[in-house]
Amino acid sequence: MTLELSHLNRRFAEYQALDDVSLSIAPGEFLALLGPSGSGKTTLLRILAGLDYPDTGSVLKDGKDFLATTARERNIGMVFQHYALFRHLTVLENIAFGLRVRPWRKRPSRAVIRERVERLLKRVQLDDLGRRYPAQLSGGQRQRVALARALAVEPDMLLLDEPFGALDAQVRVTLRRWLRELHEELELTTVFVTHDQEEALELADRVAVMNNGRVEQVGSPEVIYQQPATPFVCEFIGKVNRFLVRRNGDRLSAGGWMPDGDPWQGRFTEAVAYVRPEQLRLAVPSSQPAWEAKLRHIYLAGSVAHLELHVDALDQTLEADIASEDLSRRGLHAGMELRVAPRSAVLFPREGQGATLNQERWIWHARSPVPA
Amino acid sequence: MRRRVLPGFGISFGYALTYLGLIVLLPLAALAWKATGIGLHGLIHLLSGPRTLAALRLSLLGAVMAASINAVVGLLVGWVLVRYRFPGRRLFDALVDLPFALPTAVAGIALTTLYAPNGWLGRWLEPLGIKVAYTPVGVLVAMVFVGFPFVVRTLQPVLASLERDVEEAAESLGAQRWQTFFRVILPMLAPTLLTGFALALARAVGEYGSVIFIAGNIPMKSEIAPLLIVQKLEQFDYAGAAALGVALLLLSFVLLVIVSLLQRWSNRWAERAA
Repeated sequence: MTLELSHLNRRFAEYQALDDVSLSIAPGEFLALLGPSGSGKTTLLRILAGLDYPDTGSVLKDGKDFLATTARERNIGMVFQHYALFRHLTVLENIAFGLRVRPWRKRPSRAVIRERVERLLKRVQLDDLGRRYPAQLSGGQRQRVALARALAVEPDMLLLDEPFGALDAQVRVTLRRWLRELHEELELTTVFVTHDQEEALELADRVAVMNNGRVEQVGSPEVIYQQPATPFVCEFIGKVNRFLVRRNGDRLSAGGWMPDGDPWQGRFTEAVAYVRPEQLRLAVPSSQPAWEAKLRHIYLAGSVAHLELHVDALDQTLEADIASEDLSRRGLHAGMELRVAPRSAVLFPREGQGATLNQERWIWHARSPVPA
Repeated sequence: MRRRVLPGFGISFGYALTYLGLIVLLPLAALAWKATGIGLHGLIHLLSGPRTLAALRLSLLGAVMAASINAVVGLLVGWVLVRYRFPGRRLFDALVDLPFALPTAVAGIALTTLYAPNGWLGRWLEPLGIKVAYTPVGVLVAMVFVGFPFVVRTLQPVLASLERDVEEAAESLGAQRWQTFFRVILPMLAPTLLTGFALALARAVGEYGSVIFIAGNIPMKSEIAPLLIVQKLEQFDYAGAAALGVALLLLSFVLLVIVSLLQRWSNRWAERAA
């Protein structure tokens, strides 16, 4: 089924939870709603589930008004943030709930229900825990029961609200992969809400980045990461270095470094530039423009090393990431001087001190990427 | 032995046991001892008397019915107080406790004034053929009145802690409203509801003050067991009063044990795995 959300607005007493949100959801896709808390992502999910309604705007399912359908008739599987398991029912009874409450004409026979529940238990790898109560399960197990319960009604769409939020890091990664495999197997349209950009980029086919009730950008994880549409997306996704670029005569420059080219043809005097830590070159030959930087600290985080570089010309500290094994190969140590320059950057022009002009975004790449 | 944050199990347990013994068990033992004065023959004679049997039946049956009514109405009142915000809610909430605070004799007089054939309500009920005052119905009304706060007060905190998302999950899974109530909400409330039921029941069995005013105390018809006990006391038949007291106590105890077993069963999901 195709869902077409257009111009959704939802206002709560003190803030605008959704501000003119339009989005389409294709059949079988895995969509992430990504944003900080209060960005409206959960409100959007609840509207899809029929647990909340927009003040204005429409949701069409295959061309028909989806908002006119009540939550119980939408045939949607919802996994709540805190799982919302029925704590007085066993795991088996929890999973069977959606089938048992059906009107008797549509209710499968006891044998069919039992068979389906057993199959789901196997699928979520909880075969032997069917007789337990939720209080006797770990967080990861409860999560999978909630998922099995949502899948038992054979929904047209699966909605997950912060599905991994309450789990510890290791369980989270395992369940994430498992969910991705499950999605590939079932080809069920899935929408999930998360504030964890890593989770969104890793799992989803498409990511909608939300901020202050607006959708800032929708796109594949690659597009979101490499071609961020707004400064917010740059800053929210991954780590990023931010600095100002000013017009100096007919060229843009920042502390002696100059991006080549000017798509704006002299229209703007100032721009905000974003450079990802892995896009900083560390040993630029003196023939090319670069910053003189001092390596202040090296933070070794497993396979990656984070370098803290102070650039006097910018009066700013930048972060660069390199593979940890390159540390000794290149003889890097705290206190040394390096010539540093971006390999690529995303720039947004500004008018004076005002807001950035996001539609004038410039994605800049160094002309001849010399391996650093 | 495991280290605990707050030590002193031995001393606190001993103290609790002593206290329980002094406050609860000692008077009961004295009562039982006093009751033996009547002798086995006297006891059988007393308990097989039709007037005694009728009184015990009215007391216990009335208490069970009153507690049941309170369970239903109390759930409704608790629900309204917890779930909705309306002007005067705090006042409403405070009013729930009034039956606790009122001297029971005053409550009895008030209820009699209302339900007597010439009272505010009795006047209208009489032509319909409904007699409340001076009948077993009156006994029931008084028992409902004194037991009312128990169910509301025990349920309130549990109602407040019910998570809304559980109801939303039920709805999303296709449950109708009544299914959500009977399959999800009620089973989760059952253990607490039974606690309130047991408290209201115990209160109603032992209630004396408010009931005697409205009951009319017609032997075999609207006479409750505590009244029989008082009558025996007035005739200086202490052993008989004690024996009747023990009988009432044992029957109440059986009822409370049944409720307690039901409660454990309804709460089985809360027991953690070892």
